[in-house]
Amino acid sequence: MRTILVIGSGPIIIGQAAEFDYAGTQACKSLREEGYRVVLVNSNPATIMTDEETADAVYIEPLTVEFLERVIIREKPYGLLPTLGGQTGLNLASQLDQAGIIEKYGIKLLGTQLEAIRKAEDRELFRALMREIREPVPESWIVESDADLEAILDVVPYPCIIRPAYTLGGTGGGIANNRNELWETGRKGLKLSMRSQLMVERSLLGWKEVEYEVMRDSKGNCITVCNMENLDPMGVHTGDSIVVAPSQTLSDIEYHMLRTASLKIINALKIEGGCNVQLAVNPDSFDYYIIEVNPRVSRSSALASKATGYPIARVAAKIAVGKTLDEIENAVTRTTKACFEPALDYCVVKIPRWPFDKFGTGDRRLSTQMKATGEVMAIDRTFEAALLKAVRGLEVKSKDLRHVAFAPDNCTDDALKVAISQPTDERLWALAEALRRGWSLDEVHRHSRVDRWFLRKILGIVVVTEALRQAANGRRRDEEVKADILRAAALGVPVRTIRELLGPVADSYGDLFVEAETQNVYKMVDTCAGEFESATPYYYSARESEDDQALISANS
Amino acid sequence: MDAYLVLHDGAVFPGRLVGAPGEAVGEVVFNTGMTGYQEILSDPSYAGQIVNFTYPMIGNYGVNDDDFESARLQPAAVVVREACDSPSNWRSTKTIDQLLKERGMVGVQGIDTRAVTKRIRSGGAVMGMVTTQPEQALQRLRATKDYGEHDFVYTVSTDKAYSWGIDGKDEMGATDVEYAATIAVLDCGLKYNILRRFAALRIRSLVFPAGTSAEEILSHNPSGILLSPGPGDPARLGPVVETVKSLLGTRPMFGICLGNQLLCQAVGGKTFKLKFGHRGSNHPVKDLEDGTVTITSQNHGYAVDPESLTGTTAHVTQLNLNDGTVEGIAVTGADASSIQYHPEAAPGPWDSRKHFVRFVDKITQG
Repeated sequence: MRTILVIGSGPIIIGQAAEFDYAGTQACKSLREEGYRVVLVNSNPATIMTDEETADAVYIEPLTVEFLERVIIREKPYGLLPTLGGQTGLNLASQLDQAGIIEKYGIKLLGTQLEAIRKAEDRELFRALMREIREPVPESWIVESDADLEAILDVVPYPCIIRPAYTLGGTGGGIANNRNELWETGRKGLKLSMRSQLMVERSLLGWKEVEYEVMRDSKGNCITVCNMENLDPMGVHTGDSIVVAPSQTLSDIEYHMLRTASLKIINALKIEGGCNVQLAVNPDSFDYYIIEVNPRVSRSSALASKATGYPIARVAAKIAVGKTLDEIENAVTRTTKACFEPALDYCVVKIPRWPFDKFGTGDRRLSTQMKATGEVMAIDRTFEAALLKAVRGLEVKSKDLRHVAFAPDNCTDDALKVAISQPTDERLWALAEALRRGWSLDEVHRHSRVDRWFLRKILGIVVVTEALRQAANGRRRDEEVKADILRAAALGVPVRTIRELLGPVADSYGDLFVEAETQNVYKMVDTCAGEFESATPYYYSARESEDDQALISANS
Repeated sequence: MDAYLVLHDGAVFPGRLVGAPGEAVGEVVFNTGMTGYQEILSDPSYAGQIVNFTYPMIGNYGVNDDDFESARLQPAAVVVREACDSPSNWRSTKTIDQLLKERGMVGVQGIDTRAVTKRIRSGGAVMGMVTTQPEQALQRLRATKDYGEHDFVYTVSTDKAYSWGIDGKDEMGATDVEYAATIAVLDCGLKYNILRRFAALRIRSLVFPAGTSAEEILSHNPSGILLSPGPGDPARLGPVVETVKSLLGTRPMFGICLGNQLLCQAVGGKTFKLKFGHRGSNHPVKDLEDGTVTITSQNHGYAVDPESLTGTTAHVTQLNLNDGTVEGIAVTGADASSIQYHPEAAPGPWDSRKHFVRFVDKITQG
């Protein structure tokens, strides 16, 4: 029996959390299914993957070259699978390679090869590859003198971002909206930069941020597991963004243009396994840029797995040992193959969970460095219902879209304007408050750059909950209250919340609540939108007419 | 206004109206694509059908002026969970409700479309009705002809021949533009994107009504012949099959969807009706020659019977990875092949565009 060494992800830190435990555990089980003996090394015993039944042998040791070599000497593995333990696993595999250990012990590196990983992660190699396959990356210009700066004034697209090199915390940088501003800020930046160097880059602030989770096998078969659209436009780390799957505001042409680009990239990189591609999309044209490629199982793939039911890590592990997508069973339906693209018949909303309630003095502003330590994911038939479910799942003080910090008594209009322009962990509630105060969709969009589609949905929730509050004060007619209750229930506002909002008035509408409760059903996440019968019991609650679970229990 | 989906088996799904009030009968089918409703609504292959969208929020990115696949809305009616009334996309000019109203199509929203889908999955495609008049709807529905008894091709095909080049649709006859080649397209329910794909490869398409004779088509001296997709039971298309038979071998030939079924019948093969068909953007197809798998866009309710090809000049080249049905055939000695899925996408993945390139290479170099 051949032995495969799997490197775990080590400690759970900000920016790299339990998702790699989830992926690693799936992968270990998957390899054992294929008849391999799995040896796992991880420095973190507080994980599922280090449970006795996950691997055949578990080493709880420091994740260093020295300790790994000792494990290798003892276990004599045939192969090493580094792409499932996040960045830690990848870095260690590179170090083992550089130290000559991979070659010395004749170990086969499984999955995506190190060369491909370098090409994806090295900024210059990646840009060169993108140029080769004619996929756009944001243009940038290196400026080292006033003459350089003058030469690009009429070349760069405005607005542009100025990033002086080697300054603390980006001092002297900023956004230039026209050639005058670029000239002024650029000259200042050159003076502030220790090496008198700055980079001018096309600004993508406000563009849509979209991700594709893609897979490829050794034969070159490619699939998309799912795509995701960030509610927060470019400028906020995707790990800190509210994310929706599938995308909502992309037309079919746009969806497939970006899908085609993503597949072209994994083919060029020769990925064998899973990969994540992040793109910035102009909200007013077909223009897009490739922002980043993660050539491994990532936080986004854990989300995509749970959002679609497609077990990315499990399939990636099988691809790593040479299986092709058309040979691997779809473990959800058990009647189809892993070589297909999941069809969702629901909406998924992910909201990050930040630790600011524990670190009261932390800087709550969100930008390009991830601050979240966890996330909640909710599934429902509509965006509104999924969003509200996710908010309740956050276990923060607010159970709906009202937040005491933004109540009119605590927050002026000016402060609110800042709260929707500057992303923080609480922006969702600030957006809702702005809409509650009657600010127009266009105005809220202008300040936040959040797509009007999301804002309109949030407004819908705000309007109906405000109507219920009016009803509690006796300001709505009887038939209006009835309609409000049904509309709120249809949007996914829980009956309990509706009752709370109505207060004592709720008692007159008991029958309506009974009716609403009977519509609570469970729907299956089956990867195929109901096209095929499925075996895996993975459900979400929804307000609908037919219960998938009831049918299953009736059949069995 | 209330609206209803009524099925032939007596099931009634109450919902609310979307689009124009009225009543329409058709075969209820489901599409699992998460985008592409505008293309689907204008795809002639949906003629005579009521499309039930499995994706629950339809209309999110609105309707634009460019993504129509024909000049009309084609299905009989639509069934959705939620029709978005405030779409957001830079090209959007109207909502799906406005589009349906403008074109007089009835639809119903607020339906548990997953429940409808599961019913079709277990019972097969079924006749149904979308109506704003529920009284005696079932009786009216049961008095109508079955989907398979209609001849849809002749109603969706073009009335008169036209050509399509790099500037879109134009009149037949001479042109100043230099093209790599000119092909004849037999229009049984053509999607514009097939013509757009050819035009992008500098091919001029001469589009002929389904009833055009082989002699008439050949008199224009095309370099190749394309058999288009289209609606309905392919077994009812005897005269068109005869035309294809006469054209077979005279020029390189390529068939898409219904074109695959026409080519099959032209060599003596048969087709059969699938239980509920393939409609979506995620269907894996295996190429039997090189073993690769491609994710394809599909929309068909009938398939080629592989047994019936035994002893003919055609053989199976591609299979559906999910259910093993025929996805492509090739004819030996006649330079003709066809596929059951949609290389033109619209909606769906672009992965099989290579078929256009291959066909064009063949007619320009061959």
